[in-house]
This record gives sequence, C-alpha cells and structure tokens, in this order.
Amino acid sequence: MGFVGDTVESIRSMQIRQVLTQIISLGMIVTSALIIWKGLIVFTGSESPVVVVLSGSMEPGFKRGDILFLHMSKDPIRTGEIVVFNVDGREIPIVHRVIKVHERQDTAEVDILTKGDNNFGDDRLLYAHGQLWLQRHHIMGRAVGYLPYVGWVTIIMTEKPFIKYLLIGALGLLVITSKD
Amino acid sequence: MHSWTQRLMGAATTAAVLLAAACAAASALDAFHVPAVQAQAHVTKINRFHKQINGNDKVTLTFNVSANLESLFTWNTKQVFVFLTAEYENAKNSLNQVSLWDHIVPDKEHANLQLEVKSKYPLIDQGSSLRGKKVQLVLHWHVMPNAGAMIRNRMMLSEFKLPDAYSS
Repeated sequence: MGFVGDTVESIRSMQIRQVLTQIISLGMIVTSALIIWKGLIVFTGSESPVVVVLSGSMEPGFKRGDILFLHMSKDPIRTGEIVVFNVDGREIPIVHRVIKVHERQDTAEVDILTKGDNNFGDDRLLYAHGQLWLQRHHIMGRAVGYLPYVGWVTIIMTEKPFIKYLLIGALGLLVITSKD
Repeated sequence: MHSWTQRLMGAATTAAVLLAAACAAASALDAFHVPAVQAQAHVTKINRFHKQINGNDKVTLTFNVSANLESLFTWNTKQVFVFLTAEYENAKNSLNQVSLWDHIVPDKEHANLQLEVKSKYPLIDQGSSLRGKKVQLVLHWHVMPNAGAMIRNRMMLSEFKLPDAYSS
C-alpha cells in the first residue's frame, strides 16, 4: 500500500485515547510557538520583535526577504540607528536609518528624520501629509540583529496563501498520523 | 526504523540548529574584536549660510575626511556604513545631531578613505541659532554583518565655528 493508503488506515485504526494524545500534542506545538513569540515581546520590549524586510530601500545592507531582530529600550534614539516606524495612515511599518535627531532641552522629546540607505531623498514624502518629523511614539523598535533570506518564508506565504494552507494541512496531517 | 518524514524533520532541525549556532558564534567572536579606527575631518569651506523662508538656518559645507576603517572588517562583515554628523546644543534643544555625509564601504580594500566632499545633506537648524555657533564633527560607523548582531560606534573629530553673519 502507498502513503495515502497507510494514512487512511492509520486514521481508521485510531483509538479514542490516541486521538486525545494527538490533540494535546498539536495543542502543545501551537502554544509553545505562542509562548516563544510572547516571550520575545516581553524580552525585547518591542511589540513585533522580528520584522521581515519588504522593500529594497536599505540595499545593499538589507534585501527583500531578510529578517531583523528588534529591541526597544529606554535609551534615547540617535542618528545612524536603523529603526522600524509606523506612520499614521500607513499599515506597513518601514525600516529606515535615522539621519537627524533634535532632542528638546525641557521635555527631552525628540524629532527624528529617517532615510533609506538606497533612497535618494529623506522620508518626508513617506510621512503623513504635512508631517516633518517622527516622534518617539512612532518608533516600534531599533534593529539590533540580522539574518539573511529567512523572511522569504513569510513573504511567500502572504503572497501565495495557497502554499500556506498546503503547509498547515501537511503539518497537521503529519502530527495526527505520526505514531509514537 | 524511522520513516522518511522523521528523517526529513531530523535533518531540517539539525541544519537549523547548526546555522543558529554558527550565527551566534560569529556574533560572539565579533564582540571580542577590538577595532582601531583612525580618522580626521575638517571643514574647509562654508559654501552658503543663510536663513530659509521658514526661519531655519541652513548651511552647506565642504570638508575633507580621512578615515582608515580597515580594522572594522572581520570575516562576518558585509559592509560598513560610515557617516559624519554635526552635533551642537542650543537654547531649544539639548542635542542636535544632523547628518552631513554618509558612505557605504563594501569591503576592506575600499576602507581607507581620503576625500574632500560637499555636504550631502545641508546642516539645517530648528530655528536660527547657528550664527557664531561652535559645532562638533562626529564620525559614526555601523558595521553590518552577514548574519548576527550589528555594531555601532563613534568618534569625536574636530570642532568648527560658524561665521557670525549670514553669507547671503
């Protein structure tokens, strides 16, 4: 018998106790993934500790599909740091480098200007209409670590949802049919 | 006996763990690397110094930069992003950091810089406090790895004083 026949046979021959064990093991996989993610959020202080680079605006440093690890500490933001920021009215956060910082005497509030290494001009055109500076609350985190290519997995899965469902289905089947 | 799926999963897990260990080891080794950067920068000419219509002072400069960044490169270095800022304090802001120029150094062979350049970005103040202001030039570098942790550092260079009057 082939793989499909084996699979059907194994599903048919399952006992109730075994089914429960497998549901629990599936639950363990899902919850441990969630624990790791939430743990990273607490540990790094950033609401999204890992981001995927989507555009080529930081080439050749970062290419599309690379991933960045973010950290958000109380330290003040300084020029040269690569920050991830959200602009009002834009859904996708942007990863660019800080090129100007002005920090107030009295309130220690900051005005920040960013630019992509590969872009000709600064980011004022990307900001909300009439916005000249980013403030602290726009910043989601600063990039501290880098891994190439890994982010392609998520890019492919968001652009081709079919592959995502195929992968989830295959993994689910694998967990259910695996015999200890 | 193991099934082919188990073998596949095992191989994938081992590969992932080994790659992660290699990245961690590379970053750990980089932390022990002590670079010795030598650099100088001087403003040679103030091209234009005026007040914009919106009331902000604006300066365009020419300066020479000499920097030896060869010691920053290790086997895990993809590129070094080097840039020069003007830094000063005024009544409004405790810190103003304005990038004047930046450059990507792709490899060790191009890491010995001897340049005379115009400011790529003009020095624009938030307000008009630049007349007669002493400004500190600071060289920053950002070492970007093939994989792992990124390293930033900086070095104070010369100071220069802006003229007491606008040039136009």
